[in-house]
Amino acid sequence: MKPENNSLALNRRSFLQTTSTVVGSALVGALSVERAAHAEGSDEIKIALIGCGGRGSGAANQALSTDGKVKLIAMADAFTDRMNGSLSELQRAKGDKVQVPEENKFIGFDAYKKAIALADVVILATPPGFRPIHFEEAVRQGKHIFMEKPVATDAPGVRRVLAAAAEAKKKNLKVGVGLQRHHQAGYLETLKRINDGAIGDIVSMRVYWNDGGVWVKPRQAGQTEMEYQMRNWYYFNWLCGDHINEQHIHNLDVANWVLTAQEKASPDEQAHPLRAHGMGGRQVRTGKEYGEIYDHHAVEYEYASGARVFSQCRHIKGCWSSVSEHAHGTKGYCDVGGHRITGPNEWRLPRGNAKDPYQQEHDDLFDAIRNNKPYNEAVRGAYSTMTSIMGRMATYSGTVVEWKDALNSEISIMPKEYDWNAQPPTLPDANGFYPVAMPGSTKVV
Amino acid sequence: MNRFYMMAVTAAAATTVFAADKVDFAKDVKPILENYCLRCHGDEKPKGGLVLKTKADAVRGGDNGTALTPGNPAKSPIYTLTILPPTDDNVMPPKGEKLKKEQTDTLKKWIEAGADWPTSEVLIARKLEVASSSAADDMANVMEVHKTILAKLSEKAQADMKPYSEKIIGSEVSFEMVPIPAGEFVMGSPESEKGRKPDEGPQHKVEIEPFWMGKCEITWNEYELFQFSEEEKKRRNQRNSPAELHAQADAVARPTTPYVEMSFGMGKDGYPAISMTQHAANTYCKWLSANTGHYYRLPTEAEWEYACRAGTKTAYSWGNDIADAKDYAWFVDNSEGKYQKVGKKKPNPWGLYDMHGNVAEWTLDQYEPEAYKQFVNATAKEPWIRATKPYPHVVRGGSWDDDPEKLRSAARRFSDKSWKMQDPQLPKSIWYMTDAQFLGFRIIRPLKVPPPEELQKVWKSGVERD
Repeated sequence: MKPENNSLALNRRSFLQTTSTVVGSALVGALSVERAAHAEGSDEIKIALIGCGGRGSGAANQALSTDGKVKLIAMADAFTDRMNGSLSELQRAKGDKVQVPEENKFIGFDAYKKAIALADVVILATPPGFRPIHFEEAVRQGKHIFMEKPVATDAPGVRRVLAAAAEAKKKNLKVGVGLQRHHQAGYLETLKRINDGAIGDIVSMRVYWNDGGVWVKPRQAGQTEMEYQMRNWYYFNWLCGDHINEQHIHNLDVANWVLTAQEKASPDEQAHPLRAHGMGGRQVRTGKEYGEIYDHHAVEYEYASGARVFSQCRHIKGCWSSVSEHAHGTKGYCDVGGHRITGPNEWRLPRGNAKDPYQQEHDDLFDAIRNNKPYNEAVRGAYSTMTSIMGRMATYSGTVVEWKDALNSEISIMPKEYDWNAQPPTLPDANGFYPVAMPGSTKVV
Repeated sequence: MNRFYMMAVTAAAATTVFAADKVDFAKDVKPILENYCLRCHGDEKPKGGLVLKTKADAVRGGDNGTALTPGNPAKSPIYTLTILPPTDDNVMPPKGEKLKKEQTDTLKKWIEAGADWPTSEVLIARKLEVASSSAADDMANVMEVHKTILAKLSEKAQADMKPYSEKIIGSEVSFEMVPIPAGEFVMGSPESEKGRKPDEGPQHKVEIEPFWMGKCEITWNEYELFQFSEEEKKRRNQRNSPAELHAQADAVARPTTPYVEMSFGMGKDGYPAISMTQHAANTYCKWLSANTGHYYRLPTEAEWEYACRAGTKTAYSWGNDIADAKDYAWFVDNSEGKYQKVGKKKPNPWGLYDMHGNVAEWTLDQYEPEAYKQFVNATAKEPWIRATKPYPHVVRGGSWDDDPEKLRSAARRFSDKSWKMQDPQLPKSIWYMTDAQFLGFRIIRPLKVPPPEELQKVWKSGVERD
């Protein structure tokens, strides 16, 4: 914001901290950026990046590539090296749109609070375990938010996000969630056709994220257990939620999206399954460097309309690979991600210059912020996260898991305390191996 | 003869075409400063109190006064210290590789012209790979690989060149190579050719030396051995392949693990590898050379067209009739929206499969739309336009997603940043092009083995970072 607006922004903040009434929230909406944008023609939006990995840096780059004046003014991360790398790359990519003075670089577990306080829009891109905490705080401070998927790693986390999402709505905060397929023209066009009945009623879907897996960060001498897990976060559930949550959420989210009309769900929430059962394990990726997560999950989800969604995700190299979603209807078949329909209403998305969906999701969010359009993807993001976590609950336990039990589960997998010397919730045995969930005995709800 | 790595042109004036007439800060000057100066003259403890992040910093100077006097190179230490003899105590940069004449000339020209440096350009240090110790190790490895290649080389002349099949050591995977004789051909297309684009002309003569070319595009079977080093190690351990056979290949950099599935569900076994950057394809060639002891690399654009035409002058190597495309190529009309197994259609007259379709193929050259103009009335010998920037590079041959006119022998296309669009990270990967699902490559093996320095140049462009 320009100097003359600073007092306004500050007032807004202090105002928020002292009131939580609906009247106050409505006022916040009236006073937020879009009003100044209209008055000034080119109002500057200040951005803080929380979580400076490759994806966070990418998201900041996209936010800084939206129309209008935008500036990155604060950054927060657990690690100095990650932040410095990110800052260099962003300066390279965006030049003077990146203005992060030393005093606005915050390091550590509580860094997010300070960075959030300085910005109009915050990007939440740490490992997903922290998302509920960061989202809650950003909403509390009255900021617009872009948060990466998934938005939690356990049911209590999902509920915190749902509660904060309701609060964000009251405060007229705009919230984007990094499920970018919702901003990808090919998906939007395909969904429109499905909703128009191009394949009839949906009987079943198949969704996959079968691939070779991701990076490993080896343990370094002198690391505390907390630091090691934070670096090698993909393999620890409190941070990642297992790959069924961290990656496969994209495909499960598409299933919820495709079934939304048939299940008569609100688009803000999307459809969600009633129950799930499945199987999974660690067949190949058994080393201690792979922490506690499985290398494959296969889940069958059941929806109220009777539709079934068959889901697979696998992190094993040398096997059949596919990242895709497929819908089978009474009148035809749709390769949702391939944007193709076969059957009586045969169709294929014409080739053309597609726009980067990662850019589009930021263009859409910032447009909503500047022009005060309704924008809150948090609830559906939370439901899709819960769908993924429910799948994990099913494969870890081997039991049938009901949606309401899963969502209301009181089992928290998060640490009690966030400190480099604190104990993470899972610890290695004498040989360095971590306990792994065992179907038939692991309790999940 | 000035073989291969520089353009050797019989017409004298032609080589100036690509010399920069006007120095551009972002393109020409910034890389020099970021590669050679910013590590010591950046944010943290700047040497001599001199910061070179912005023009204002440079003009303000450090402990020894200004570093930059726009318009006056002689009063700009940013230039004068770079042209001192390498043995001088004050030469810049003080350690590692010194600036080349072209680079100091660029600085001089830029300063003479007023040292244009937009305020939006805030410089940061880039890792200079050539000067780092890992680069020294890298070069040492190339020297070793070069020795191995020379020791193994049994073919001395074109007459010795036969088709062969080569097994990737430590695996069951093999690939086939077909000899391509030396010769001269007319590169580009006539204006009368249907679907022709202006960058395909003017037509000109090109001389090519003999090489073998991959009968087929590189498949996932081959590529994944390179892509996933741990998997490759497992496989060779199962086969008790001796570790010493793999030492040189293991010294070659390998791709990072991709976050998304890179075959996009189109199949792996027998299908072409796709979505790799040119850097990844180059590095594959280096790795494969180290593994097999034969010198492999990407073809130049000219070598590719020569091999594709296989002596023909028509739009396609089968003639001019689009109706025949279905017999020779996978393209939009018959591919069913995906790539297909390699080697299933008819080959071209020299026995090469899928040159016109299935997946488009990387070449070594930077794309320059007017590249051919310099060769008018000349014969280009082994032309190669070496890259000075990450985009655009030339890609040749049609793909499963293309209309027939893009399948033509002379059709050129070029890489673009949008080919990495869906890479959500910053920095974007130097290994993967998430949005180039139509793009693969095939390798060649030149009969002549150049010195190690030239091997390194074809295997590492130096401009792989976006």
